[in-house]
Order: sequence, then C-alpha cells, then structure tokens
Amino acid sequence: MPEDDYSDSSENDPFASGVVLDEEGDGVDGDSVDTDPLNEELPEEYSATDEDPLYDEIDIEMGTYEGDQQLEPVADTSPIELLIEQGAVLRLPESAAVVLDPDESEASFGEDETMIINLGPQHPSTHGVLRVMLELEGETVIRSKPVIGYLHTGMEKTAEELTYVQGATNVTRMDYLSPLNNELVWSLAVESLLDIEMPPRATWIRMLMSEMNRISSHVMWAATNGMDLASTTMMIFGFREREMVLSFFEKTTGLRMNHNYIRPGGVAADLPDGWEDDISVIIDTIASRLDDYDELLTGQPIFRQRTEGVGVISAELALALSATGPVLRAAGVPWDLRKDMPYLAYEEVDFDVVVGTIGDTFDRYAVRLNEIRESIRIVRQILEKMPTGDYRVQDPKVTPPPRRRIDESMEALIHHFKIFTRGFEPKVGESYVAVESPRGELGCYLVSDGSNKPYRMHIRGPSFVNLQSVPALLRGSLLADTIAILSSVDPVLGEVDR
Amino acid sequence: MTDNRLDNMSENTQTQDELITLLGIDGLTFTSDNVITFFPTREQYHDLALRLKELSFVTCSDLCSADYLRHFERPLPVGVTPERFEVVVNLLSLSLRRRVKIRVQVPETDPSLETLFYVYPGTENMEREVYDLMGINFENHPDMTRILMPEDWEGHPLRKDYAVGRVPVQFKEAPGPR
Repeated sequence: MPEDDYSDSSENDPFASGVVLDEEGDGVDGDSVDTDPLNEELPEEYSATDEDPLYDEIDIEMGTYEGDQQLEPVADTSPIELLIEQGAVLRLPESAAVVLDPDESEASFGEDETMIINLGPQHPSTHGVLRVMLELEGETVIRSKPVIGYLHTGMEKTAEELTYVQGATNVTRMDYLSPLNNELVWSLAVESLLDIEMPPRATWIRMLMSEMNRISSHVMWAATNGMDLASTTMMIFGFREREMVLSFFEKTTGLRMNHNYIRPGGVAADLPDGWEDDISVIIDTIASRLDDYDELLTGQPIFRQRTEGVGVISAELALALSATGPVLRAAGVPWDLRKDMPYLAYEEVDFDVVVGTIGDTFDRYAVRLNEIRESIRIVRQILEKMPTGDYRVQDPKVTPPPRRRIDESMEALIHHFKIFTRGFEPKVGESYVAVESPRGELGCYLVSDGSNKPYRMHIRGPSFVNLQSVPALLRGSLLADTIAILSSVDPVLGEVDR
Repeated sequence: MTDNRLDNMSENTQTQDELITLLGIDGLTFTSDNVITFFPTREQYHDLALRLKELSFVTCSDLCSADYLRHFERPLPVGVTPERFEVVVNLLSLSLRRRVKIRVQVPETDPSLETLFYVYPGTENMEREVYDLMGINFENHPDMTRILMPEDWEGHPLRKDYAVGRVPVQFKEAPGPR
C-alpha cells in the first residue's frame, strides 16, 4: 500500500497550504501584498515545521492539530471561542448579545476559580459510555462538552462490506432501543434506489412495528429518566411495560432486539395468528398505566421541581443546532416527519403532533409521555385498517420465493440461492431518506455503484446531532440538574458512536 | 418575505429557474429529480448555504461525505468536474416542507472546505465526524478535532484506501490485513 494513503494528517497540513487565519496577521507582513488578513500568504520559506511562535499560536487557536478533544479551562480559552460557544454565531438580537459579553460573564473567571470534572464515561446516568466534561464554578455548570467515541465500531465502514440483504442486520444494532426504525430507514433507502412499490400490508405492518417500537422506546426512556431522578418505581414500571412489547416482538420476529425483521422488499414474516388480540391487550394495558405514570410523576411536586425550568432551550437555538424529535418539539416547533413529510401510510391515520411550550426538561418529559398516547391512537387505527395481502413484494430479484416453491421449482431454488449469496444490485445513484425515530430525524444516505454492496452508507443519527444541544442546555444549571438534563435528551450511545 | 414566491415552487414547472434567480449566484449547476440538488464549486459553496438559509432553509439536517476513489465515473450533471471526495449537505425548510441537497466536489490534493458552522451551528459535530473519518478539513471550524476515533489515531477510516481489518484486533490472534 502506498505510504501516502494514511499519512494525510501530516501531508495535508492546513498550514502548509499557505492560508493563515490569524486575524492580526502579525509576523507575516514581509512579502505579503494581500490586504485581506484572512487570505494572507505565507512567505515561501515558511513551512509548518518551522519552530516559529506564530505557527504555535495559530496551531492552538485553530485547533486543527490532532488531539485535544478535551475541554480547556475557561481561563485558557479565548474570548472569541467563548462567544462561539455561547451562541454568538446565531445572530442573536442586540438585546440578547449584551448578556454574551465575555468580559462580564465567563472570561472573568480566574485561573483557580473553576474546576473541570468528568462525568462518565462509566456513569449509569449517561445511558452508555458518554463522557461529559463539566467546568464548574462552585456548584454551577458554566461550560460543558460531550466527548464521544467510546462505542465507535465503524458500522458505516462495515456496511460497505455487507450486501444490501445483510445490511439490515448491521443498522439494527445502532440505535438498540428502536431497532425497527433503523431497519425501516435502511429498507426505505434501499427501496428508493430499487424503485419498487411495497404491497399495502407490508407498509402497514412496518407502521405497526415502528409505532410499537416508539412506545417501547419511550417507556424505556421514562424508566431510565425516573431512575436518574431517584424514582425507582418508575424504572420498574417502565421495564415492565417494555417487556410486554418486547414479548410481542419476540413472537413476531423471533428476537427481542436486533430483529432484522423489516428488510428491503417488505418484512421477514407475516404477523402471527391472533396478533390483533395481543396488540389490543398491550395497548389497553399501557394506556391505563400511563395514568399511573401521571400519578407517580406528572403531578408530583418533587418531580416537577426537579424538571420545571431546568435545561431550557429556545426554538431558534434548537433549530440552529439541528435538533430534532422531542428536543425540538418541546421547544414549541411542531415538526414531525410523520406529519410533515409523510412516509409509509401516515397520511391515512389520524394523530396529533405533541409540542411543548418553553423547552425545559419537563416539556421533554411531557412530549414523550403524550407521544406514547398518540402512538397508541395510531396503533388502534392500524388494528382496524390493516389490509390483507402479501407482506413482501413478490419480486424474485429482491425477496426470496416462498419456501414451498423451492421444492417445486428449479428457478425458485436458484433465486433463493442468488439472493442469499449474492443479493441484488440497485441502479447507480444516491439517495437520502429520513424517518421520525423516537429520538428525532433518522436519516440514511446511500450511494450505489451498481454492485451488490452499498458504495457508501451514512446514518444521520438523531442522538448524535441532538447531543450538540447538551452544552446549550447545561449552561448555567446546577450539577445536580445535569443528570436530569442529560437524561431528557435521551441519547443512545450505540447510535451516537455507530 | 421570500416564502410566498417559493411556495409555488413545488408545482411550478419554472421552479428551478426561479430558485436560481432567487439565489442570485452565477453559473450554479443543479439537477432536480425528486429533490433539488446543487453542485456548487468550492467557492460558491458557502455563499449558496447562506442564500439558502435566507430562503427559509433554516436547518441543516445532515452533512456527510463520500470517497469516490473506486467509483469515479458516477453520474454528474454537465459542467461538474468529478473529484475524489464529495461533501453532501441536506438542508431542510420547515415552512416549505422540503429538502434541498448540496453536493460539492473536494479534490484529493487539497481536501478542505469552508465550514458551515457560522451559517448552521448544527454542523459542528457533523463536520468533525467528516474530518475524523474522511480527512476533509473544514477551514475556520472552531474545534476541528477527531470526534469518534481516538485522538492519536492515524489515517481516516472511511477512505476507500483504508482497508477493513488493517488494524489487528487487540484481543484476538491478529488476523492481519485482508
């Protein structure tokens, strides 16, 4: 392998290209005639290896050298960087900008007045291996930075080595609390490249499973959120309800998690006999138990004091930070892909988009709790409207033939063999498909080069993107509230790190 | 303000021309199948994002990259010179309920691009991820460090010349490169 394949970090050093971003431009005024300080040319003999104080300075300010994912103390951070962190790039109105004067607020802290502590990566309330660096002044969090990557296993790279048929088993492991939504977005992306039409029953089964998964994911969230706020009863309640849904998943797909049930071309199997009764029992039980949750948490003064007005995010900030899902809706933006950019058959069912008002931790709790109610409403309509017919498209190039056909037909046997050894080959092209997962917009970007494996697969993980709003949420809160706020963002680290 | 003019875009057959006029950027290449895709040069890229933000595309839903080392001859509109890397940006307009896509070509010799952080602060993590896994440098990004891989990692794993299994697994008999 040629050497330059993985030595780019040194060869493509940004400073070797001759662009200096130092605003002052001092020290390089020798040959330069360019008036724009941002495009000032370096002298030819100036190279990145020179031991020059200027180079060191730029290096630190831009931070493009590898390393240093950490949070530096506020005393060592430049005012410009502080302004960027505080959202000065959001073009806030002038009245708000007064508060952002770094001399008045954070930059005034001296060297020994603040303390940086690590929360995690091994901490039960970080829902995985999330490490948050917190800079504290007394008990107040003044700055924070999530440090991620502890669970990175290169799943996007792995996807390039798997065929389209195998790909669903890979993506389902990303967001392990809503595996069916991951399979769904993968299948929709592959099908958009294949240009095939789903039979109605396959679409409605997918919708049913996706909504049931939303319920199980949200009750699981309620359970862990309760545990974070020291309500162990809520934890037991949540796991109890989730267990019912997972039992149904096991009955239908064979597995409690990582189902590989929704596949390109339809679903793996039809719903089991008597599924209507199972679903009715589950949603009736959960619907009545949601009232218990209300009694346990919603109206409880301790819970409300821990969550109300804690971790507030405005709608503008949430949009600017690309937040989606309950984080965005709690801030009052009625944006739900199921409603606004319908996929599957969501146009044919009736449901409401739940929004909050001020975007605090309690709003995010309330949005999720009521989304369970809306999902139950959707599932009831699916029970009535579930069409009959095939549960997968009968295209021998995409889906395997029915088992009995293999005994009768040589051709069916060949198709069966071809699909599981080689798979199918979509046309050359690229496609971005997004669905509303329990955590927000879950997107899949696929590039096909016409072979049986995706040329490039990228998952836009809602947890990964929503994590960017954590520093904004934590700013100025108390250390004790940090746990409540982190929990209310609901990150799933398997999807953050992929 | 400009929303009213854009509202008719989806039905109108003149949509692309109108959008291009509204954008006011000369020589911009685009296609429109089901989603309008722009192919700006690296110089047009930042301005285009700025203009689109003014035209109600307020959220950047996704920013990712692809390495076309082994699939160089992919379909591109006339006038776009294929390069090894491509950065793909998906912008979302909540009021229009539509997406636009930006695909910008990034050459192998100088894999760098202007950051979108100051237009869409939500691209911070996404650009760090692209830098980490694909090795494309975003100029003026406030925190251009690795995000998923360890700080001392060498190379950028999602590049096509970075073999799977190149790094032996720590806990097994080292399998060696495939």
